[in-house]
Amino acid sequence: MPRLNTTPRLADPDGLLEALLAAHQGLDEAASRRLDARLVLILANHIGDAEVLRAAIALAAKPGPESGL
Amino acid sequence: MSGVEQPGRPAFQPPRYASPPPPRGPEQRAVVIIGAGLVGLTLALDLARRGVASVVLDDDDTVSVGSRAICFAKRSLEIFCRLGLGEAMLAKGVTWQHGRVFFQDREAYRFDLLPEAGHECPAFINLQQYYAEAWLVEACAATGLVELRWKHRLAEMSPRPDGATLTVETPAGGYVLEADWLLACDGARSRVREALALPFTGRAFRDRFLIADVVMQAEFPTERWFWFDPPFHPGQSVLLHKQPDDLWRIDFQLGWEADPEAERDPDRVTARVRSMLGPGVPFRLEWVSVYSFRCRRLERFVHGRTVFLGDSAHQVSPFGARGGNGGIQDADNLGWKLAAVLRGEAGEALIASYDAERVPAAAENILHSTRSTDFISPKTPAAQAYRDAVLDLAEHHAFARPLVNSGRLSRPAVLAGSPLNTPDGFDHGAGPGTPAPDAPVAQEGVPGWLLRHLGAGFCLLVFAAPRPLDLPPRVTPLFITPEPMRGALHDHSGLAAARFGAPAVLLRPDQHVVARFLTLDAAGIAAAHDRAMGRG
Ligand SMILES: Cc1cc2nc3c(=O)[nH]c(=O)nc-3n(C[C@H](O)[C@H](O)[C@H](O)COP(=O)(O)OP(=O)(O)OC[C@H]3O[C@@H](n4cnc5c(N)ncnc54)[C@H](O)[C@@H]3O)c2cc1C
Repeated sequence: MPRLNTTPRLADPDGLLEALLAAHQGLDEAASRRLDARLVLILANHIGDAEVLRAAIALAAKPGPESGL
Repeated sequence: MSGVEQPGRPAFQPPRYASPPPPRGPEQRAVVIIGAGLVGLTLALDLARRGVASVVLDDDDTVSVGSRAICFAKRSLEIFCRLGLGEAMLAKGVTWQHGRVFFQDREAYRFDLLPEAGHECPAFINLQQYYAEAWLVEACAATGLVELRWKHRLAEMSPRPDGATLTVETPAGGYVLEADWLLACDGARSRVREALALPFTGRAFRDRFLIADVVMQAEFPTERWFWFDPPFHPGQSVLLHKQPDDLWRIDFQLGWEADPEAERDPDRVTARVRSMLGPGVPFRLEWVSVYSFRCRRLERFVHGRTVFLGDSAHQVSPFGARGGNGGIQDADNLGWKLAAVLRGEAGEALIASYDAERVPAAAENILHSTRSTDFISPKTPAAQAYRDAVLDLAEHHAFARPLVNSGRLSRPAVLAGSPLNTPDGFDHGAGPGTPAPDAPVAQEGVPGWLLRHLGAGFCLLVFAAPRPLDLPPRVTPLFITPEPMRGALHDHSGLAAARFGAPAVLLRPDQHVVARFLTLDAAGIAAAHDRAMGRG
């Protein structure tokens, strides 16, 4: 059964954040929010698994330890 | 929710029905329907077709006027075909099955609601609600079993264990009517619901919509066109639909801050329509209303001998056309059950199954209508961002198109969890709880449609050559064969066999699959029939 993978997997974490911030460069609040929303939808479709996505939403909504992840 | 009529000559003149005088003394009737709207009239006609007489009270003396339902879905059309009104509706209605969604100045997405051939009825027709109601009134009157009492308003009702006592007001005085069964089809502001103090709960949407019916000769295709944030109405949505009589329905989203009074001003509406159509397109406003929408329902629809159907039981926002179409399915569901109870063939457990089947159906309609309204009318910056993100992506990326929600158009409920169903082990085709799929068939060489052959009672479809069968009373066999054969329907395309996916299929009087069988085992069929009659 696929589960949300929360082990560190990124080869270049600093590079990822840099790329994200670069994409937001020069955008106002609303445009930034919309870009993030597009990104979430693209990644959600890539993942495609409803259970993993629900777990990810729950974790994002409550990042503390009590989320059970 | 009020409208202004515009000068001009509408193609449809609302009939005025005569109000009968009140009866001289107290009366007792088996079936009283409150409300001669779309749902009450459908129910009265369904009951009459089953030989059940009813009295129908309505506080008005005409049909629904102004901009209300226009989109009648395939399942409603199949029900109207069964009731004898299908031809008129299909002939007058504007048939459509495609829709397009535009975002700003671009087309983002298009859809096809009936991608499969081999059904008599189209995915949708558009027809003004007043036509449907006027024809239902005529058909009800022609049965001789429906007593329509116009301008008879239900003022009070008190429930009894074996019915209800009704106080009715008419222009010529009031009277008391005792009903064994009270069918509340009295709309979203139901007096019956109020008299029983039943909570009607859900959500109200903080948005307003201008609904204009416009007469014009226009070149738009007969498709549902929906715009998000178009240049001619920035920041809001617009919906365009064709109706018969060169009438077009245009919905303009206005936002919550809009002043409903000011927005109804004909000059203001004309300016909005003109900026949409461009200069040089002549048009005339026929009707304008400003609405705000709600999604809410009763917790249960059966309360002893009082049963709620249509908007009195559940109300939805119109994106998806699930209000009237849902209510018509309510009537389709209750008619045969009540007729069976009145004939003494079934107990009140069969009426309880109306609750078990139609409450989930209403919940499903509310879920879809709520999600559509949330998409069309985003209430928070986050909702706005996701909505716009979906639309940004939809034009070039197929994966985003299913996320676009301009209304999930009415589909019939699948009564999958119904206590009347006998579960089966088949893995494809229409399973228990599904409305019977249509298919082209021929009888003695004459082409026709399967649903037209089902009759008014239980029907056992047998995909084999005709043979004597040991069936419960009131179950009629219908033989269907892949080659022409005497006494059988010819399934020349093979679609009937493929769509049902089993050698024998038991259909209820409302054309829903209730059980499927591998063999023609008499005991198994009788048990499934018993269960479908609420005796299981
Ligand atoms: C703008 C708009 C667009 C819509 N578009 C669609 C669509 O495209 N497709 C669709 O399927 N649905 C649509 N709907 C919904 C549809 O119009 C309703 O769901 C439908 O009319 C419900 O039918 P009803 O018979 O339950 O109630 P109603 O049509 O409201 O009828 C109730 C009847 O009861 C009578 N009544 C009320 N109180 C009393 C009383 N005390 N005594 C006696 N009589 C009484 C009223 O006079 C009325 O005739 C739309 C609605 C709106 C507002």
